[in-house]
Amino acid sequence: MTEAITREIFNHLVQLAALELSPDEAEYIRGELNKQLKAIHELEAIPLQDDTPPASHGVPYTPATSPAVRPDEWRPHPDPGGILAQAPETDEGYIIVPEIPHIEL
Amino acid sequence: MEISDLPAHVLVENIRLRQLKAIDVLEATLARIASVDGDPPSLRPLTSLPSHLQPANLERDQGLHAFITLTAERARQQAREIDRRLDTGEQVGPLAGVPFTVKDIFCVQGTLTTAGSRILANFVAPYTATPVQRMEAAGGVMLGKVNLDEFTYGSSNESSAFQPSPRNPWDVSRVPGGSSGGSATAVAAGEGALSLGTDTAGSVRQPAAFCGVVGMKPTYGRVSRYGLIAFSSSIDCPGPLARNVTDAALMLQVIAGADTRDATAANVPVPDYVTRLKRGVRGMRIGLSPDYFRITYFDASSGELRQEPIAPEIEQTVLRAAGRLAEMGADIVEDIPMPHTRYGIPVYFVISRVEAASNLHRYDGVKYGYRTPDAVADVADMYRKTRAQGFGPQPKLRILMGMYVSAAQYSEQYYNRALRVRTLIRRDFDQVFDPQGRYRLQALLTPTTPTTAFPMAAVYGDSVLMQYADQLTVPANHAGVPGLSLPAGFDPDGLPIGIQLLGPDFSEEALLRIGRAYEMATESDAWRRRRPPVL
Repeated sequence: MTEAITREIFNHLVQLAALELSPDEAEYIRGELNKQLKAIHELEAIPLQDDTPPASHGVPYTPATSPAVRPDEWRPHPDPGGILAQAPETDEGYIIVPEIPHIEL
Repeated sequence: MEISDLPAHVLVENIRLRQLKAIDVLEATLARIASVDGDPPSLRPLTSLPSHLQPANLERDQGLHAFITLTAERARQQAREIDRRLDTGEQVGPLAGVPFTVKDIFCVQGTLTTAGSRILANFVAPYTATPVQRMEAAGGVMLGKVNLDEFTYGSSNESSAFQPSPRNPWDVSRVPGGSSGGSATAVAAGEGALSLGTDTAGSVRQPAAFCGVVGMKPTYGRVSRYGLIAFSSSIDCPGPLARNVTDAALMLQVIAGADTRDATAANVPVPDYVTRLKRGVRGMRIGLSPDYFRITYFDASSGELRQEPIAPEIEQTVLRAAGRLAEMGADIVEDIPMPHTRYGIPVYFVISRVEAASNLHRYDGVKYGYRTPDAVADVADMYRKTRAQGFGPQPKLRILMGMYVSAAQYSEQYYNRALRVRTLIRRDFDQVFDPQGRYRLQALLTPTTPTTAFPMAAVYGDSVLMQYADQLTVPANHAGVPGLSLPAGFDPDGLPIGIQLLGPDFSEEALLRIGRAYEMATESDAWRRRRPPVL
C-alpha cells in the first residue's frame, strides 16, 4: 500500500505546525501517521445516509440545560504581575519576543 | 487497616467525630508516600534522540513514582485548618480531612502544573480549576500533582516527560494504564484516598481497571472543565478515582454541577448520589452486548483489520458479575446490538487529533512555559525550536495528524465523516437506553479493557496498538454518556480485572447504585482481600 502522507506532504505539515524534527524523529512520526491513517480508512466502509448529521458533541444541550451567558464585563486581573512573571522574557511590563520578520503579502 | 488505606467516607466520619485528626491522617499518608513512591521524577534529558528511541528508565527501585509534585506543606496547612475548625465547632465540608491527589493536567494556583510535558515544566498556575477548588472547599486536603501521559496522550503513562513514569502497584514491571496512571497508582497504593483524573477516551476507567480501583467518567458537562488543560474539548471529562463506589459517589457529589466559568458545564441538578447508593438493582434492566466482547484492531504488519475475542478470563469475569447482579434482582438482557463500537477508535483518531492540534497551537514560548535557550534567527525560528524541544513525540503526532485530517482538501473525507460516524455511535446508545424502545436498558455491563495491565515498554512506541487499549471505553466519550469502572477480580497473573457500566446521560446515580450493589454482593469474595504486593 502506498503511503498517503509522503515526505513532501509531511514536510509541509511540519512547517505549518511550527515544528522541526530530527531525521530519526521525522521517520518515526511519519510512519506512525501513515499507520494511523490506515486505521482511519476503516470509516470509509460505513454506509452513511445523506441525512446523517455531524455531531459536534455527544450530549444534546437544550436552552434549559445550557448555562446562562455571563455578562461581558471588564474586570481588572488581581495579579497581572504574576501572569507576566510566567513569560520567558519581559521588559517593563511588555513581553519580549525575537525579531518578527517583515513578510510581503 | 492502616490509616492511609481507610476509605474517604470512613476518614471523614472519624475526623468529624474527633476520633482521628486530619493532620494525623495526612502524616500517615505522607509516610506511605515516602515508603512506596520512590525518588521523585525528573525531566527526560534533552538530547538529539527522540524520546521514543530512548530506553525507558526501567531501573528496579520498586518505587511507584505516582507523583510529579508533592505539596506537603500546603497540605499540612489545609489539614491543620480542618482540625482548627473542628476544635472551635465550625462547620466542615463533606471531604473534611480527606487526602487527595490531582492529575497534573489541572491548574492549582501556586503549584507547578506541567501536563507531564517539558513545554510546561516550569509553569506555575495562576488560578485553580473548578473541580479542585470544590474539593478543597469541601475540606479535601490536596497532597500534590500526579503523573500522566504527556498532555494525557497515551494509555500507559510512559510518554510523560517526567521519568520514571508511574508503575502498577500490583506488579511494578507493568504499566498502571493511562492517562490518569499516577492517579490510579496513588489511589491503589494508599497515597491519598481519592484522585481527580480526566477521561477523554478511557483515561480514568482504563487505569482504574489496571490498578484495581473504581473510576468514573461522568456525563460530558456533569463536571466543569474550567482550569483543565484542554486535549479534546468536545470529549474531555474530569472524574473521580477512588477505592470504592461510596467514595467515588462522595467525590462526584462535590465536583459535579454547573459552573459559570464553563459554558459546557450543564445546568442539570446534582442528585444525592451517596444516600441513594443502597437502593439495590431489583427490576433494573442491564444489558450485555456481544460488540463489547471482541476487539477489532488494525494490524500494522499485515495492513489488515483483525477481530479477536477479548481475554477469556475478562469475559468470564463480566459474565459472573452479570450473574451476581441477576441474583440481586436485576434483569440481564443479552445480545444488545452496539454495532458502531468498533468505529470508536478510528473516529477518535480523527476528532481528538483535530481538537488537540487546535489546543496545542498556544504553546509557543511567548507567554508562559518553555522557550528554547538556543540562538534563534527570528520569532518563527523560536517557535519551531521551542515546540521541537518542548513537545515529546505524542503531542507532535497529534498536531500533525490533526492538521492533516482537517486540511481543506481532506476534511470532508476524514473530519466531517468522523463527526457523522459519531452520530451513529451516539444512536447506538440512544436506542438501547430509550425508555420506550425495544431494549429499555438502565445500563450496559461490559469489560473495561480488552486485556489486563501490559508490561512496561511492550506497547509504547506503537501509537496505533496503544490507542486500541481504549476500544471499549472510547464509545462513551463520543456519545457523552457516563461510565463507571469497577474492580471485579484478578487474572491468573494476579493483575486486576475491571468491569464497566455505561448508562444514559446524567445517569451517574444509577451506575453508582449498581456498582454499590455489586460491591455488596462480592463483599466476602476472597479476591476482595488481596492487597498490592508493594504494600
